[in-house]
Amino acid sequence: MNMTSMIAKTMATAAMTIVMAGSALAADLHVLNWKGYGADEPWAIQAFEKATGHKVINDFFNSEQEMLTKLRTNPGLYDVVMINAAFNDQAFNEGLIQPIDTSRIANYADIGPEKAQSPMLNHDGKVYGVPWVWGVTALAINDKSFPTPPTSINVMWDEAHKGRVVLRDDAVEAMQFGAIATGQDINDIKDMDAVKAKLTSLMPQIRTFWSAENDWNQMVAANQIDVGTYWSGSADRAKKNFKLPVSLVIPEEGCVGWLDAFSIPKDSKNVEGAQAFINYMVDPAFYTEWDGKVGAPVSANNKAVAALPSEAFNRVVMGDPKIASRIKFQAPITDANREKYLAIWQEIKVNVK
Amino acid sequence: MVELAANPAGSGLRRALPLLLPAYVWLILAIFLPLSAMVFFSFMSDMPLSGRDWSFTLQNYEAFFSTGIYITLLGSSLRLGLEVTFWCLLIGFPAAYVLAKVLKGRSREAVFLLVILPFWSNGLVRIFSWAMVLREGGILDTWLNVILPFKINIDLMYSYPAVIIGLVHSYVPYVVLTCYLSLQAIDDSLIEAARSLGASRFTVLRRLILPLAVPGIVAGAVLIFVPVVGSFMEPRILGGRTGTFYGTVIEDQFVAVFNWPLGAALSFILLAVVLAILAAAAPVMRRAQ
Repeated sequence: MNMTSMIAKTMATAAMTIVMAGSALAADLHVLNWKGYGADEPWAIQAFEKATGHKVINDFFNSEQEMLTKLRTNPGLYDVVMINAAFNDQAFNEGLIQPIDTSRIANYADIGPEKAQSPMLNHDGKVYGVPWVWGVTALAINDKSFPTPPTSINVMWDEAHKGRVVLRDDAVEAMQFGAIATGQDINDIKDMDAVKAKLTSLMPQIRTFWSAENDWNQMVAANQIDVGTYWSGSADRAKKNFKLPVSLVIPEEGCVGWLDAFSIPKDSKNVEGAQAFINYMVDPAFYTEWDGKVGAPVSANNKAVAALPSEAFNRVVMGDPKIASRIKFQAPITDANREKYLAIWQEIKVNVK
Repeated sequence: MVELAANPAGSGLRRALPLLLPAYVWLILAIFLPLSAMVFFSFMSDMPLSGRDWSFTLQNYEAFFSTGIYITLLGSSLRLGLEVTFWCLLIGFPAAYVLAKVLKGRSREAVFLLVILPFWSNGLVRIFSWAMVLREGGILDTWLNVILPFKINIDLMYSYPAVIIGLVHSYVPYVVLTCYLSLQAIDDSLIEAARSLGASRFTVLRRLILPLAVPGIVAGAVLIFVPVVGSFMEPRILGGRTGTFYGTVIEDQFVAVFNWPLGAALSFILLAVVLAILAAAAPVMRRAQ
């Protein structure tokens, strides 16, 4: 046997092995999501596997950039991916996701039309993302420091709270808050200098930057802070699970809203399983259990929200139409803008010293 | 004749090869390859993933000079490195002297153990424990108020001093270990001779011990200065709003905006600056030794 044919034979065997392994894994379902974000709850996976026979394999990312990189470098590996609506555009343009046949997802009909038909998730008349949950980044306060809750975002600039304000160390979020505080559109910041000046004047107020839920909760527990930016779900968890004196405030100027959706990657080997999984994730039964046991953002499925207990935060506060009108949903951000925001944000932070 | 003379060296190398090979293969795989990939990235306009266009460019290096931010940051990181090195030497050298010349036997072992104990704990755990000590209402604040008759308010958390304290704590063992080695090598009879010739304790320290300990001091200083200039974890956690340094900005490029080319370019500029400083200091160090 000469060298070439030997190599060819080895290659053929290797290819065969891969094909056979591929078909043996047909019932596997690879899900890509944040860690601890619903899709990896053991009780949920168990229930889903029992009902459908698909075996769920979870994989996680720590940032949207990492999620996109994982999709780019592992074509055909994942069957379901959770993509923030602001990033759906980028995934679609890079050809990372495929259109979804929503007729196979029974719960899709109950999703609020303003979310289901969002231009961020629909391209060329086809659905590329099924809305799952949404929430807001707003202000949260330490109840001990406020006899009556503030109503304006300008409470962060109030001298009385100097050195007791926190902000997340995130360029996009900081710039968008600056836009709200200067009365601008968060998705189309015209006057960057005004935002920059407003944020620069905020710096002396800041105690530190937070990055994880735990930072925020510890600082409130130690009574080190009065007010800061926070996520709606986290504020709810801090109050409900950790019994901390934390309340969410939706400023009258507005707050940043985000929407998380499920997509199916381009070369998924188990589209049928993916449809079943997405349907299960949007189902009221899963959502009420998730919110009750762990605490969750607001479901995009109206029936799921209606199934919550009547005193639930996600029904009472987030369902209030007065509040809904103040939420400004985040649109896709171009890489160029993202880098520009980071440069401004870094400059503000550097000049603090 | 020439061949004969060259042969012993050649065969020596051949015999040493099996011993050298594992280390060099490891160095090439684990350090040289990733580092050269980073050099490559630093000249690219974008990451070559899923058909993104990219080309070779110098713009990442230009970015460093185009705004004042990076230069200011590098300046404050270098200052941080110098300050931390200074405090480490001030605290570490006397400790090393006591270990090498005063303590003997069991007590030396016990103190040595205390010195290297920080090495055995995880860096993140160390920093978070400092966070508990330094904050208002934390351990330091509470204890001082119990002991002192008047009320004071200690809140060092999220400040520049907190970063210094955290970094000094992490790096002081390096100085102790390197100074200990060079101090221990000083013959006790030299010190006794100097004393018997009438030199005061201070003169002995200044004219005898310090000059002989310089190799250890320099080694310790280099071991501390280089990593501190690029540090990002301690400033981020302990520094609060004043915790933006050159290292944290590099981390942002890799983690937050996925701009590896710029992050890599900033890293290599740091490497070049640190090498230049060490090269400039080399003649001074050599003369001192």
